[in-house]
Amino acid sequence: MTVIKSQINTRSPQFAEKDAAMRSLIEDLHEKLDQVKQGGGNKAQERHLSRGKLLPRERIERLLDQGAPFLEFSQLAAWEVYDDFVPSAGIVTGIGRVSGVECIIVANDATTKGGTYYPLTVKKHLRAQEIARKNRLPCIYLVDSGGANLPRQDDVFPDRDHFGRIFYNQATMSGEGIPQIASVMGSCTAGGAYVPAMADESIIVKEQGTIFLAGPPLVKAATGEVVSAEDLGGADVHAKVSGVADHYALNDEHALQLVRRSIARLNWQKQGEVDIQPSRPPAYDPEELYGIVGNDLRKPFDVREVIARIVDASEFDEFKRWYGDTLVTGFARIHGYPVGIVANNGVLFSESAQKGAHFVELCAQRGIPLVFLQNITGFMVGSRYEHEGIAKHGAKMVTAVACARVPKFTILIGGSFGAGNYGMCGRAYDPNFMWMWPNARISVMGGEQAANVLAQVKREQHERNGTDWPEAEEEAFKKPVRDQYENQGHPYYASARLWDDGILDPVQTRDTLGLAISASLNAPIQPTRFGVFRM
Amino acid sequence: MFRKILIANRGEIACRVIRTAHRLGIRCVAVYSDADRHALHVKMADEAVHLGGAAAKDSYLVIDKVIAAAQQTGAEAIHPGYGFLSENSRFVEACDAAGLAFIGPPVGAIEAMGSKSAAKSIMEKAGVPLVPGYHGDDQSPELLKAEAEKIGYPVLLKATAGGGGKGMRIVDKAADFDQALASAKREAINGFGDDTMLVEKYLVKPRHVELQVFCDSQGQGVYLFERDCSVQRRHQKVIEEAPAPGMSEALRAQMGEAALKAAQAIGYVGAGTVEFLLDVDDSFFFMEMNTRLQVEHPVTEMITGEDLVEWQLKVAAGEPLPKQQQELQLQGHAFEARIYAEDPDQDFLPATGNLSYLRTPEENRHVRVDTGVLEGDEVSIYYDPMIAKLIVWDQDRETALSRLAQALGEYRIAGVTTNTRFLKKLAEAAPFQQADLDTGFIERHEQLLFDETGGSYSPNLLALASLYALLKLDQERRQEAQRSQDPYSPWHGFGGWRLNNNPTLKLRFALPGQEEAEEVSVEASNATGNKNLWSVQLAQHKLLVEGRLEGDRLEAVVNGHHRSIHVADLDNQLTLFTPDEQFSCQWLRPDLDNHEFEEASANLTAPMNGSVVTLLVEPGQAVSKGDALMVMEAMKMEHTLSAPEDGQVEEFFFAAGDLVSQGAELLKFAATEEA
Repeated sequence: MTVIKSQINTRSPQFAEKDAAMRSLIEDLHEKLDQVKQGGGNKAQERHLSRGKLLPRERIERLLDQGAPFLEFSQLAAWEVYDDFVPSAGIVTGIGRVSGVECIIVANDATTKGGTYYPLTVKKHLRAQEIARKNRLPCIYLVDSGGANLPRQDDVFPDRDHFGRIFYNQATMSGEGIPQIASVMGSCTAGGAYVPAMADESIIVKEQGTIFLAGPPLVKAATGEVVSAEDLGGADVHAKVSGVADHYALNDEHALQLVRRSIARLNWQKQGEVDIQPSRPPAYDPEELYGIVGNDLRKPFDVREVIARIVDASEFDEFKRWYGDTLVTGFARIHGYPVGIVANNGVLFSESAQKGAHFVELCAQRGIPLVFLQNITGFMVGSRYEHEGIAKHGAKMVTAVACARVPKFTILIGGSFGAGNYGMCGRAYDPNFMWMWPNARISVMGGEQAANVLAQVKREQHERNGTDWPEAEEEAFKKPVRDQYENQGHPYYASARLWDDGILDPVQTRDTLGLAISASLNAPIQPTRFGVFRM
Repeated sequence: MFRKILIANRGEIACRVIRTAHRLGIRCVAVYSDADRHALHVKMADEAVHLGGAAAKDSYLVIDKVIAAAQQTGAEAIHPGYGFLSENSRFVEACDAAGLAFIGPPVGAIEAMGSKSAAKSIMEKAGVPLVPGYHGDDQSPELLKAEAEKIGYPVLLKATAGGGGKGMRIVDKAADFDQALASAKREAINGFGDDTMLVEKYLVKPRHVELQVFCDSQGQGVYLFERDCSVQRRHQKVIEEAPAPGMSEALRAQMGEAALKAAQAIGYVGAGTVEFLLDVDDSFFFMEMNTRLQVEHPVTEMITGEDLVEWQLKVAAGEPLPKQQQELQLQGHAFEARIYAEDPDQDFLPATGNLSYLRTPEENRHVRVDTGVLEGDEVSIYYDPMIAKLIVWDQDRETALSRLAQALGEYRIAGVTTNTRFLKKLAEAAPFQQADLDTGFIERHEQLLFDETGGSYSPNLLALASLYALLKLDQERRQEAQRSQDPYSPWHGFGGWRLNNNPTLKLRFALPGQEEAEEVSVEASNATGNKNLWSVQLAQHKLLVEGRLEGDRLEAVVNGHHRSIHVADLDNQLTLFTPDEQFSCQWLRPDLDNHEFEEASANLTAPMNGSVVTLLVEPGQAVSKGDALMVMEAMKMEHTLSAPEDGQVEEFFFAAGDLVSQGAELLKFAATEEA
């Protein structure tokens, strides 16, 4: 094993400057998250608590094994997307350990618009289920929701990846042997009623949980029957009369205990097999990542310095160290799990793309999980490169990444632009998990390049028409383009729309990866069949 | 000397006798009941004979079986211990008839002292001072009441055959007399089969001072000084000491002579105790003579350096007394504290349960522990709930007392409620240290002695409980990890890892409060980066804790204060033992199933293991809140169960005479629906 020797001078002014810049990004992130954690605000939370119910994060807290980690997804979902403030898209999702089993937890936040499903709520719920399916994780639904957000029904109800997909997923996951457990801790109306009904096992809380296809107002309108919510579909009805619920809980806490009991009885075994060793911390302090990376994408850093602060004992055995060196590839361990790391150290050339394809093939062959550290402006351009076939070499890498069936984890540690995003396992390549650092940016190309490209086209128009285009006007044309790219490429914008699974403090990268890799090993590692590589 | 003896007893006294006998090269036969199959005294003895059922009346009290056991094993003598058959003249006769030596006084002496009223008239004739009272045979309630009037209230009602506070009542005024008499008689008839009562003057601030006497069969007698047993509750001794504080040589000699006179008046042989009430003016009155070895005999042994069991064996074997009066020296001061399974905060309600955690102080020349139980033993309903006697000795009273407090702090028991904390408070109470003693001591100093904190707690103790929980979680997770398929997974962590947040871990504890258990939340985090150092947030307090847990021993550092404490963890019911305090709380863990389904009607459950004495109402009969519904007996004490609300009993689940276990539902009660 080779230990990475860090070249960083942590006492340099450049280091201090970058460190301060990254810290201010983290601080801003924490500020936003603090707002998000208030859920629907003090008043709504107090009303919720006064009914004897627990808040969604507290429910999760009590569901988990004592002190067990909780890997929350997309905390900033729906951030500044709607006119309404819908913190975390009104739903808390993540992986937590329950009765010794890593489970997907989906908890509605009834304090946020009654827990109703906005389009991004649906997307977040479906993403949690997708993670469950891909990593073979049992699902726990803590239901407390008024169902679809009626004013936005067109973006919630009809399409393939809309509300109905939730139940489709429950049915098909159950079919795949992935347990589906629902605990009804509040309302569960209309379509929502299918969450417990479609579950393998369901729990309902006395005098809190209700399940019905139509609530009392709709029943009265439709048939004239006057009935209370409790008599229509409360715990006594469903646990004693209808059989829609299997377990009767006296309160939230009891319901969570019953969920734990169900999970404890799953006879669950992880199926992913890799060679495991004890975890060893990196030789360098992960906090130094702040001063290495900073917040300015134009200031380069050696990605090995990042790897040295993520992997066990900073040990990294490089593959093709001296060939195609703008892509760094090699083997390491994270929390004792073997990983293959693919990391950018500059623009991708033909050699680096071929090296990447080769390395991904190695990992797929050996059943080693892949970690992609993205910091990529794209593939090299220009006639020389086109002529040597950079398109086909890039295609090889994209093919290898797309087809590899080992668990894949992608972290955007810098820029993620253009086809580089594809070759480095962007969202479209179905990594098991994907996160962004607060300094990262994602777009089809950089803001400056986009502005220049558009300005070039415009200038050509002017030239064709023989009109004049003064510098000042060109600048006025370019600025909004740059601003748009800056805004839309920002991690908050990306995370709000579920282009990733959340924003990650660089210091937590190692632990997050360790948790994610361990969770992914619930699923068996499948053999890979690659597509045709263009030679 | 005997070669083999049988010990017709159990518990600490059986073990105590075996110890001396073994030292003298005498082999020992133990006897045991169903409940004592694995008891310590059986393990210690050379051989043991099974007698019968758990109830004493089916085993330890069956004379024929005990005699047969002695004959079967070839024992030459029987040591009766205290209680059971020790003062039963029929048993002594049976021993005589079987040719077995009874290690105790002759039949005549037992008979003479067996009836308290008869004893008193003998003493009166012998010139031993007596408390004014009525000891006659005419037992008509009217006459007894008239006698009480004559003596003047307050008076003491006492079963002549009784002892140990049973069948005994203090009556302050005439109006209370009839009821007190009835209940004392009921207790007496249940306890001893004889409800003959005597009435006596009740002294308001008397001390209980008793003289240890010893007589041999050659007609010699000595007294081994006195014991002060004034600290009592419900007429049961709590802490005894020797010598009696403030006792002058002259008074000691005077009382010693009186005691010997009493013993000789009945032709006494062996170990005996003459109990006196000592008034503030140094006048003293004969109370009774106990014709056996007393529970508290070790304090006498500690100050005289003599082994009273050895003396008993020698005298019973016909040897003369090992020492003459002038050879006996009183040295230093000794205390005995009786460790009982009982709850001092609930009026000393006897407790039962398993001694799941039991650690005794280290024995040395200052500290002696007489016990008959081992960790894991059951404290059952069948026998006296005394777990052990803790005896300490030192040169003077003050030092001995501080040793007592210290040793009590080292006596750690969990699984059964005990009086150790109460005893420690008692030992540390200023009036006790000042020896301001009388039999009303405990009642008088109630405020000082009982837990007045009402469930409040010190943040330090809760921080220690939190530290224990954290270290325990750490151990559990390590073990769990080792067993799992994925042993190094970060999911085994218990520090409450959260994305984009400081790790926090919430611990919850239920504290024993007045009515409902109070829950406290503790937030623990190790944000410092030092994996072993935790910050614990309790209400307004923030404490830094770290430590190491090895078995039950917790090396704890709280805010830089290092202490070694012990923790008993019985199914998450934690008891923390610090050198000064004892603290109990329940660690609420996620899988603790505490969600019982409540029924619409409140049912009454048995407060302890025991038996049903009587049912006082008919099912369906309307009762008011507080009305007595049924009487239970446990640990030889009566407990009345009362109606929790206005309503009616729908059904009794037990009949009189049935045995019930603690927590069993006794009856179904329906409260009257509010109109």
